This record gives sequence, C-alpha cells and structure tokens, in this order.
Amino acid sequence: METLKKEIQEKKYLPSIKIKGAEAVIKCLLEEGVNLAYGYPGGAIMPVYDELYKYKDELHHVLTRHEQGAIHAAQGFARVTGKPGIVFATSGPGATNLVTGIADAQIDSTPLVCITGQVASHLLGSDAFQETDIIGISTPVTKWNYQITKASEIPEIIAKAFYIAKSGRPGPVLIDITKDAQFGELDFLYEKCTKVRSYKAIPKFDINKIKEASEIINNAKKPFIVWGQGVIIGKAEQEFKNFIEKTGIPSASTALGLSALESKHPLNVGMVGMHGNYAPNVLTNECDVLIAIGMRFDDRVTGNLDTYAKQAKVIHFDIDPSEIDKNVKTDVAVLGDVKDTLFEIVPLVKKNNHKEWLNEFHKLYEVELEKVINDQLSPTKEGLTMGEVLAAINRETKGDAVIVSDVGQHQMFACRYADFIRTRSNVTSGGLGTMGFALPAAIGAKMGVPEREVIAIVGDGGFQMTIQELGTILQTKAAVKIVVLNNEFLGMVRQWQELFFDRRYASTIMTNPDFVKIAEGYDIKANKVSKRENLGNAIKEMIASKESYFLEVMIEKEDNVFPMVPTGASVSDIRLS
Amino acid sequence: MEENQKFTVSVYTENNIGILNRLSAIFLKRHINIESMTVSKTEIEHVHRFTFVVIVTETQIRKVVGQLEKQIEVIGAFYHKEDEVIYQEAAMFKLSTDHLYDEKIQSKLKLRRAHIVTITDTFFVIEATGLKEDIDRLYEKLKPYGLLQFVRSGRIAITRTKMGISEVLQEFN
Repeated sequence: METLKKEIQEKKYLPSIKIKGAEAVIKCLLEEGVNLAYGYPGGAIMPVYDELYKYKDELHHVLTRHEQGAIHAAQGFARVTGKPGIVFATSGPGATNLVTGIADAQIDSTPLVCITGQVASHLLGSDAFQETDIIGISTPVTKWNYQITKASEIPEIIAKAFYIAKSGRPGPVLIDITKDAQFGELDFLYEKCTKVRSYKAIPKFDINKIKEASEIINNAKKPFIVWGQGVIIGKAEQEFKNFIEKTGIPSASTALGLSALESKHPLNVGMVGMHGNYAPNVLTNECDVLIAIGMRFDDRVTGNLDTYAKQAKVIHFDIDPSEIDKNVKTDVAVLGDVKDTLFEIVPLVKKNNHKEWLNEFHKLYEVELEKVINDQLSPTKEGLTMGEVLAAINRETKGDAVIVSDVGQHQMFACRYADFIRTRSNVTSGGLGTMGFALPAAIGAKMGVPEREVIAIVGDGGFQMTIQELGTILQTKAAVKIVVLNNEFLGMVRQWQELFFDRRYASTIMTNPDFVKIAEGYDIKANKVSKRENLGNAIKEMIASKESYFLEVMIEKEDNVFPMVPTGASVSDIRLS
Repeated sequence: MEENQKFTVSVYTENNIGILNRLSAIFLKRHINIESMTVSKTEIEHVHRFTFVVIVTETQIRKVVGQLEKQIEVIGAFYHKEDEVIYQEAAMFKLSTDHLYDEKIQSKLKLRRAHIVTITDTFFVIEATGLKEDIDRLYEKLKPYGLLQFVRSGRIAITRTKMGISEVLQEFN
C-alpha cells in the first residue's frame, strides 16, 4: 500500500477517470491533436456523435453528403498537412461507402484513421440491421484494422491506430467499434503508442549500402533520378534538393512526387510515365545509373518492364522493403527513411554538373515543346485546350496553389502543366485512379491549409460522381475553387477508344446538366467560359474570389493527351501524336 | 521462364483475430492457390505460426513473403524449398470393423508406420503420419476397402537450419 501511494505521488500511475467508450473515442482523438474530422452519422455510431456534439468546440466535425465524400476529404486533408485524416461512419452501408477511399489511401500511402460503428457485439453474425463484416471487407486495403468489442480496449487500440497510420510508410487504418463498446464504461487513461513489437516502421539504414550507392553515383556518366511521393511523405524535400544540387543529376518526378521540387528548378526535367514528359521517358532507357527515390515503379511509370532501363544500374531508396525488386531489379537497395538516407549520402557524393547529359534532356524538351506543348499552351485552333486553362491558372496563382485533380485527361493535363513552387501542392488519386476524388479532396485540403489557394480541377464525368459534396461547401463555406473542364466526354476512355478501339465511343458521350445552375443552387458563385478571349478574366475573377467559386470551361471535344506510352510499350517508344 | 516449385511458407504472427484473413488475402490477390495450411502455437507464448504450402515460382514467393512480412501483426515470414525442411502430414482413415482382421490391412499398416487408434463395434480408425506421398499411397491401398471417412492435416514443417526468427522471438520472451 505504501509503495502504491508513493508511486501515485511520483506519477508512475496517471490518475484515470471512468467514462463511456464513445467519450473515450473523442478524448483519444484530442490526445492525438485532432481537431477536425469528417463523417456521416447513423445508428451504430450515434453514441460517438452524441459525444461529438458535446465536444464540438474542441473537435470540429464536417458533415459531408456521402461517406465517400468524407473519406476523400480526409485524404485531401492528410495529403496537404501530412497528418492523419479522420473519418467517422456508421455500420453497414456507412462503412462500405468508405471502401473506395480506403483502397485509394492504401495505394497512395495516405495516413487515415477511420472509425466505424458496428452492431452490438451480441448481434455480431446475426445479420442484424446494418451489419456488415467491414473488418473482412477492408482487410486487403488497410494497413491495419481492428474490431473493438469492449470499451476498455478503446484507448490502447486508438493509440495503436494513430501510430500505425502515421509511421513508416503511412496508410489507412480502420477501427470498428461495436455499439455496446461505445456505451460501455472504462477507466480512461491515454498513452501514446510508440512501438508495436511485430512492426518495424522504419528499417534501420545500412551505411555500407549508402557508401556503395555513392560510389556508383560518383562514377556515373549519365545518372538519372526518378523521385516519388516518398520525398514528400518523408518531409525530405530539402535533403533531396541538397542531393541533386550537389550531384547535378537531372531529376524527374512521378505524378505523386510532383511539387516536392519546384517545377522550374533547373534540374527538374519533368514527369515520367504514361503521359509524362518526352525527355525523361526516352532517356530512362539511356541513363547509366537510375536512382529511384521514394517511388515504387508503378506500371504507369515503367511501361514494359522487359525494356525498362535495362542498360542502367538501379539504386532504389525506399522505406518499404517489399518494394525492393518488386517490379524492377535493384543493384543497390538503400532502405530507410529518405530524410535520413539522403542526408547521409550528401557528404559522400562528389560535386558534379552533368551539363552535356542535362543538355540531352533540354534537346528532347524542345521536341516536345514543338510537337505537343505549344499546341496545348498557345493553341491556334478554335476550341479551348485543357493545357491553356492550366497555363491561365499558373499566371494567376504564380504556382502557389494546391491543385487537386480528379482522374482522366484533365488529371494528366494538370500534372503536366500546373506549376508548383511549394511542396504538398499536387493532390491527385494516383494509384487507384478514383473518379470523384477531387471535389471532396479539395474540400479537405482547403480545411487543412485554409491560408492557401485550393483549386479542384475536375472533368465533367468525375465531377458528377461526387457532385453532392457541393452541399458540404454550402454548409461549411469552404472557399474551394472548382474548375470543371467539360468536353462532354469521358475523355480518357474516349481517347483510348479513338486510338485502340477504332473510335467506337461506347458509353463515353455525356449529356450533362447545366452545371452553373447546379452550383448556383448551392449558393456558389458560378461562371462558364466557352471562348478563349474570356478565359483569362474568368480565371482572374475566380482566384480573386474570397469565397468558393465554380468555373466551367468548355473544352475542345476530342482533344488527346500526349505524349503517351501505350500500354505494354517501352517508355522510350513514347508517342508524341 | 522460371519454373513453379513447391514452397513451404512459415509466418510467425501475433495471436489475434483476423490474421488468417489478412494472410490468405495476399495469396488471393495474386491468384495463388494454397495447397495446405496449418496454424499452431509456437515455442513462444502468444506467437502463432502459419505454415502454407504453395506451388509458385521463386520470384513470386519472394514477393509474397515480402507482403506477408509487411503486415503489422506478422513478426516474420520465410519461405523454404523442399530440401530445406523436414515435414510431415497426419491423416486418419475410418473403415468398417468388418476389415479389422484382414491380414493385408495389418501388413500395410506396418509398412506405412500407421496404427489403429480406435476400435468400435462398427468401425475402426487408422492414424498415419508421413510425407504427402506416403499418405497418398496408403489412401490408395485402403480405398478398395471402402473408406467411411478420410481426413488429412496440412503440412507441418521444421527447418534444417536455424530460423532467422529465433533472435526476434527471444526478444519477445
């Protein structure tokens, strides 16, 4: 007894208080520094919502119009802030409506903590109203998931959820809480999780591998860097810049790596991949050393693997050991957090400038400029191009905006032509390619960085997949700018039909509503542009607006995204037309 | 083309609900059939071991093991070729008591290191342990007598060399 008293005095045991499970959920989130969550209420999560009502001054809940909207908003928030996005949904359909967003977050390594309600534990397996096995359903697309059936489990499990979602290669975590666990009482005591014994968040780097890599880099004649989102997730932008500036190596980004390095940096040679730039794609197959940093050799990046960079020695920096040799055989694997490994390698590499080699990129850029880019940015044909809309946005924002794109042609145009001067400025659904992502993700992004300009670039197809989230803008007054690039087609599918299916436009022609009226119906200022002479002013007015703004731009109907690496082709066989 | 071969995959995990689902989903995602599977506790308390047998290429199994290893509650995952493990399966055969005193059956049992574990008025049960092929052979021999029931376990295996997991597990103890 005496020792216990002493230990309490020495605060070895923190004092605990008895509260309900639902309240414990909110208190855990507050302990983790959460003050914003997205979601949609329903029967099985009502006890938690009741607590959200009580804690509304400390934890702001955004009611979206669909659970998919909630999770994409949380993803947008997470991508611009680096903090986990928080989502609440009820059991059954509430939970299943999250699945697309969870899968999207898993493949794009976005930290999320999703909390779903579940039927009471005694009803599990009885096909109760709104019962679904969300643990089973979400298992293949979550980094971790867990079903809580006792209130007492809540603090430990939620602490673990945050640790797992944020650490190492981030990802989505789903915690399913039965209704009786939400009502049940527990002694609340919160301790942040810093370790899970079976999980190694960050592999310890091996200095010998870094030395080996630096030797190869120092002897390279034509080294080439492809960086990915790992640089952004690892907050390693400065280390990355130090590394490339010292070595003078031409560097290209994956779609998700964009904005980690400013677009106009002299060593930034553009984007790789299916609709990436000409030079980095072609020269992938001419470099002598390929240095991959925080990227995973997605098939949209590599094209045909049998002919991908076969001539080059490959050095792969990554935090995830399972990515090594998954798609491309690596000569030297540098495991670890890129913030650490890039920091370590800088003193070991020689100062260099690969002037002639860089010049090869410039020469090929000229080819792309003449054959593709000029037609997009300064078109002579009557119809508006998506490229010129992006150029007009660049002029107004000076590259300092968060560009949130959906999926399709406009996404590729946004990735190709948007200028970035700051990191975490390109938010797009890369791996999963989820249409409907942009509008809710932009809402979440705006709430994450309210001081920044956030522009959703959406196609007429994707916009209608989550158009109901205009209601979230109406209710929250999130000052998101929305640009719908309307070509009255599901443009990317149409492009493939044109190129590979003899122009059989099966189900790609869209009969669209009056988008301006719809936006106005949600009390959002709206405008529509069909002529080039009006574009500049319309964008100017949109950017100047302090409130949300909707702009529809009518685009040339059958325009294509080029360059293009057709499926199964080699990256160096990239087509310019 | 790299050839398919039989691999024994050992996965050490925490003993939590749902892990089987998580592990089997990794095989499912890659369209790999699981030939056999056994779950048991290990020499370390609260640590469970899954033993899968699959027929794939070595490149495939290396990637699968990487994905298995990546799961939060997986402590370690390994793959072994056939010559790297000592393995056994168990089987039970239920036959009618009419055949109990059949000398041919008796001699077959001796040959296969099988033995009778239960005898009742109507049936008796033979238990056998061995390689999959041994069990297959015994199955073929006993089939003509009319098997009332036949059941076999998945593979259990022990490695010839020390497992890399040993040190990790020691830390848990």
